[in-house]
Amino acid sequence: MPKKLQLRIDGEMVSALEGQTILQAARNSGKYIPTLCYLDGLTPVGGCRLCMVEVSGIDRLVPACTTPIQDGMSVSTTSAKLTRYRKIMLELLFIERNHICAVCVSNGHCELQAMASQMGITNVRFSYNYPKLSVDQSHSRYVLDHNRCILCTRCVRVCAELEGAHVWEVTSRGIHARVQSDLNQKWGESRGCTNCGKCVQACPTGALAEKGWAVEEMIKRNDNITVLAHRKGAGA
Amino acid sequence: MKRVKLATVWLDGCSGCHMSVLDMDAAIITLARKIDIVYGPLVDAQEFPDDVDVTLVEGAVSSQEDATKIQKVRQRTKTLIAMGDCAVTSNVPAMRNGVPVSQLLHTIYATSNGSKDVPGERLPQLLSHARPLHEFVKIDMHLPGCPPSSKLIVGVLSDLLDGKKPELAGKVKFG
Repeated sequence: MPKKLQLRIDGEMVSALEGQTILQAARNSGKYIPTLCYLDGLTPVGGCRLCMVEVSGIDRLVPACTTPIQDGMSVSTTSAKLTRYRKIMLELLFIERNHICAVCVSNGHCELQAMASQMGITNVRFSYNYPKLSVDQSHSRYVLDHNRCILCTRCVRVCAELEGAHVWEVTSRGIHARVQSDLNQKWGESRGCTNCGKCVQACPTGALAEKGWAVEEMIKRNDNITVLAHRKGAGA
Repeated sequence: MKRVKLATVWLDGCSGCHMSVLDMDAAIITLARKIDIVYGPLVDAQEFPDDVDVTLVEGAVSSQEDATKIQKVRQRTKTLIAMGDCAVTSNVPAMRNGVPVSQLLHTIYATSNGSKDVPGERLPQLLSHARPLHEFVKIDMHLPGCPPSSKLIVGVLSDLLDGKKPELAGKVKFG
């Protein structure tokens, strides 16, 4: 049985188990920390940086999803500084690719769109990048649109950790990074893909979608992934 | 009471935002007691007036004409509002941004239309990219949405008429 630790989150004393992350401790005690790349049941990677929090005695911000709690820790989940940074992170996600909500299958059901709305983002202050990106329609049932990908790597993790197929990986670096299937083959030609669709359900945006849906019609069920993951005891 | 001068401008958009303005139904009766619509696709004025209180701009800046117009609108407007995703993010008009303008015009006019060449000087010169308004002029308020709902537009105008700052957090979304 792991040790029980005491910490403060936004001034309130909470107890959590040794080995748990700040995010888990916060959620278990009903505290909200925004996330995008995190999906309960998959190994957290701290990629999107939305869950950054302040910890007393540490002079930099830490991602709540990957930082283990310590006894006596004092965490702030909200501040003017955090809000400012979280907004910047979101705005940078919007400029990096071509997120045109109006024509997206996931319009109205997108975690990126919802997060921007919730944070009161009414416009993006940085110049849009307008990259020219491809759409992989080679799979018989699913489609990958790089224009809508935020590189959260949920697809990579769910495929490797839950399905055990490890079809997805991230290739290249920085602004050139892309998710790719099976050593950069077309998705439809991937021999590893089992057609299970877990990557599609895990994807927070319209980057991975089922074929045949029009604008606003792609509704995802990533809660099923969490249930399955906990049943299997995989990930966090 | 002095009536508030409202203008609307249509740049590179589909007119859906203007439809949303029109869609306010009976609310327009209340608003009409306090405002004059002095310019825009809904009225006859040819020249953008000198002293407009509030201007709603639909559409992205896509051509040299748009760029010139938005500068003039900014100079003559107190409160400039980017209305809808095209004005706020460049949205659908920006989907052509990955294609060079010459190729774009050739594909649209020559290839798909069967004509020999593209129209020349009679069309406004396209910019290399369709871009959001705030990259050209200072915007006082952004109303995202495709289109922003009629209710939202009425709410914002009513708040401005009452001298209140509209609260948009959680009420608006892209798309």
